Amino acid sequence: MTDATATPQAAPATSLVAADARTQKRNRAERRFRAYGMAAILTGLFFLVVLVSSILYNGVGAFQQSFVNVPVYLDPAKLDKNGTGDIEEIKKVSTFGYAPLIQDGLLSEVQKSGIETPLTKSKDMKNLLSASAAAEVRDYVVANPEQIGETVEFRLLASSRVDGYLKGRVKREDVADDKNISVEQLDLTDQLRDAGIVSKGFNLSFITGADASESRPEQAGIGVSMLGSFFMMLVVLVLSLPIGVAASIYLEEFAPQNRFTDLIEVNISNLAAVPSIVFGILGLAVFIQFAHLPQSAPLVGGLVLTLMTLPTIIISTRASLKAVPPSIRDAALGVGASKMQSIFHHVLPLAMPGILTGTIIGLAQALGETAPLLLIGMVGYIASNYPDGFASGFLDPNSAMPAQIYEWAKRADPAYYERAWGGIIILLVFLLTMNAIAIILRRRFERRW
Amino acid sequence: MPVFWLVLIVGAMALIGYGLGRARALKSAGGDSRVLHSLPSFYGANVALSALVPALGLVLVWLIAQPLVINASISGDIPQSAIPESSTLSLVMSDVRRVADGLDLAVSQGVLSADAAKTLSADGTIRDTLGAVGVALGSDVTPEILSAAQTYRTMNAAGSWMLTALVLALAFGGFVFAMSRTKAEFRARNVVESGIRVLLVAAASIAILTTLGIVLSLIFNTIEFFKLYPASEFFTSLTWAPSFGGGSELGILPLLWGTLYISIIALLVAVPIGLFAAIYLSEYASPAVRGVAKPLIEILAGIPTIVYGLFALLTVGPLLLQVFGDEGLGWMQAGTAVMTAGLVMGVMLIPFVSSLSDDIINAVPQAMRDGSYGLGATKSETIRQVILPAALPGIVGAILLAASRAIGETMIVVLGAGAAARLSMNPFDAMTTVTAKIVSQLTGDADFASPEALVAFALGMTLFVITLGLNIFALYIVRKYREQYE
Repeated sequence: MTDATATPQAAPATSLVAADARTQKRNRAERRFRAYGMAAILTGLFFLVVLVSSILYNGVGAFQQSFVNVPVYLDPAKLDKNGTGDIEEIKKVSTFGYAPLIQDGLLSEVQKSGIETPLTKSKDMKNLLSASAAAEVRDYVVANPEQIGETVEFRLLASSRVDGYLKGRVKREDVADDKNISVEQLDLTDQLRDAGIVSKGFNLSFITGADASESRPEQAGIGVSMLGSFFMMLVVLVLSLPIGVAASIYLEEFAPQNRFTDLIEVNISNLAAVPSIVFGILGLAVFIQFAHLPQSAPLVGGLVLTLMTLPTIIISTRASLKAVPPSIRDAALGVGASKMQSIFHHVLPLAMPGILTGTIIGLAQALGETAPLLLIGMVGYIASNYPDGFASGFLDPNSAMPAQIYEWAKRADPAYYERAWGGIIILLVFLLTMNAIAIILRRRFERRW
Repeated sequence: MPVFWLVLIVGAMALIGYGLGRARALKSAGGDSRVLHSLPSFYGANVALSALVPALGLVLVWLIAQPLVINASISGDIPQSAIPESSTLSLVMSDVRRVADGLDLAVSQGVLSADAAKTLSADGTIRDTLGAVGVALGSDVTPEILSAAQTYRTMNAAGSWMLTALVLALAFGGFVFAMSRTKAEFRARNVVESGIRVLLVAAASIAILTTLGIVLSLIFNTIEFFKLYPASEFFTSLTWAPSFGGGSELGILPLLWGTLYISIIALLVAVPIGLFAAIYLSEYASPAVRGVAKPLIEILAGIPTIVYGLFALLTVGPLLLQVFGDEGLGWMQAGTAVMTAGLVMGVMLIPFVSSLSDDIINAVPQAMRDGSYGLGATKSETIRQVILPAALPGIVGAILLAASRAIGETMIVVLGAGAAARLSMNPFDAMTTVTAKIVSQLTGDADFASPEALVAFALGMTLFVITLGLNIFALYIVRKYREQYE
């Protein structure tokens, strides 16, 4: 008989169902850690949203511009003093001769629509209109001299202050010291807007137009520098695609394992990480100082960007050559093709979609690159003339889109900031399109073996 | 003859050569291509390449060499007395070139006849004549410069004639030689393929040439700079005060400090966010979340730096100024500051850190995770005590690569960091960096021979050495680590 006074087993202090303090602590730590990760992702996305929305919010204004509808009486007494109608005589009248006519036209329009304003002199209208208005009217008259003596309705650019006021950038309380606009003129702007004389419209000339001098932001456009970028990309494409593909074919298919090959490989991976400004120094020293190529020319910009893009293209081309299975090469060699034929006839066509994708991404990178362009003189230059033809597109001084944006960001007038943001929208649209094409190419033609 | 036409003629010759070579090979085989050693197109390609490649190679070499030879010979002819006291030989040479180019332009526009341009005398009218065709000269033309310019023109003209003659001869010679070898038993395929192989090697060597170009242009100009300005001052002086009138103090330390400070702030932003994002994406996120969030974050890496620069200058700077400026805490004087540039650069680097770390974390073998779970560790414990230690070398490599990016970044600091070089601890002060000063010293109107412009090359050299060192070290770490688990 055992003295089985077995004490009932002490119930466990904790149940398996309810977590103990230590487990709870560990679970809390787990949740916290997870939350940090989530927060990091959300912060990254938040920055993206802030960046994109601040670009859109600030830049959309550049695509709208205020215009003034002015009937201008083309006074024969001023424009064609001798009444000969001779075009050479008419051309002698400078824009200074046209400005008073436009101002008179606007003043009479103001009075006709019954607007009450303390501004009764035609000189007071000067600040409402862009300085480019006179040139625009003059160009019209030189093209249509028979119109002299008629009253012609013009849709002229408003000055940047008026434009800024209508967009909310120029505030009434800020203009006290501004000699380019007065509070009365802003009042008049409001009244003109109500009367429909001043109105906002789509600004096509921002996309197609040329850069303007510092005092006329309302006239500045990105079109000419877009052409500069276009010619640069042409140089980059024509040089970097063949050279990049040739170099990759050599390294991937022919290169023996030796010191020379290693040297090339090390060079390529290092060049991919060299800061872009160093390529600018290279361009300045080699292409401009040493070879005396023209400064600010898209050709030089294209050469510098080619050297910068080559490593990117070589790396992606090698990856797509590597992805073609060796059985393709073996089959070609088996039916008697030489190594060169097996590569050029079989491997290269199969790798082409990948190569093109890499090239487009490389081009997109080159398109947005600014720093090297600063050093070869593509800023500080006012890109106000379209290139005359193909050769001048490569050799004449021009700007490029990112350089133009930088140039605008540096100017003193805040009206140029709006242009800079607008330029960024256009630049990003290009980049987005190029990347989208690259993605579609990859989706469409990518093969898995 | 302009080079453009020369190239076009040689190209046409190659095209014709292709057709003729092919036809000749077929004819020598009696029209039966089976008798030929190679396919008929190889015989054509052989003729085309023989005509094209040596001739174009000569054009390229000549275009680089001719200005060098002419410059050297003319600058040897200019007497010491012809160089004004305040000027240098290179300035006089650029005057010579400008006069010569202006005379050529005047002749081509019909302002001067070719004979009149040859017999000009330095009587003070040249400046006006050249002004009429749009070539502005700083001062009047001295007889020495004029005679040098005339020599320059005759040498240039002679050089261009020689180039034309030699290139055409070479192209024709190659053409004829290849044609004479075109027979049925000629091994055209082997010849063409080894020729193409040489071209492939040449293309691959461009990477070496680029590096060589970078290193040489940096070294030569840096040596030039150290001749004018003592190296010890450059590396140890605490002030950066360039003045284009002379007497500049060009110490690199304030610039290095600015670079370092901005990079540290950028890394303080980018590393925690990027690392945690990578951990979440690789360990926690469902495939759907990963498929959306990863590309979205990587968009940040595809945005050009000019956009970030503008964002710093016009959005972040004013925002910080509102909080820390005179109306807020009073720590900040202007929107451009170390903090502004550092924050924005940090945002730019987030995807860089996150995608590199993501790859590295994914490379840690699953068995290590399973082992840890099997011992009862939670997911976060596994990450902290198993995965991160295993991935640490790779992550350090990724951070070093990001640091090298930050040090070499230009547009954000040019627009966001300010222009004043100073040594300060306050992150809300404006400071400047090595890259920003390279831009400002080389974009002014400064003369390239002055120490104020040449210092940019010494700065570039410093930058190149630092980033190269960081990159090599980082790649070494990453590679070593990758092999560990393969």
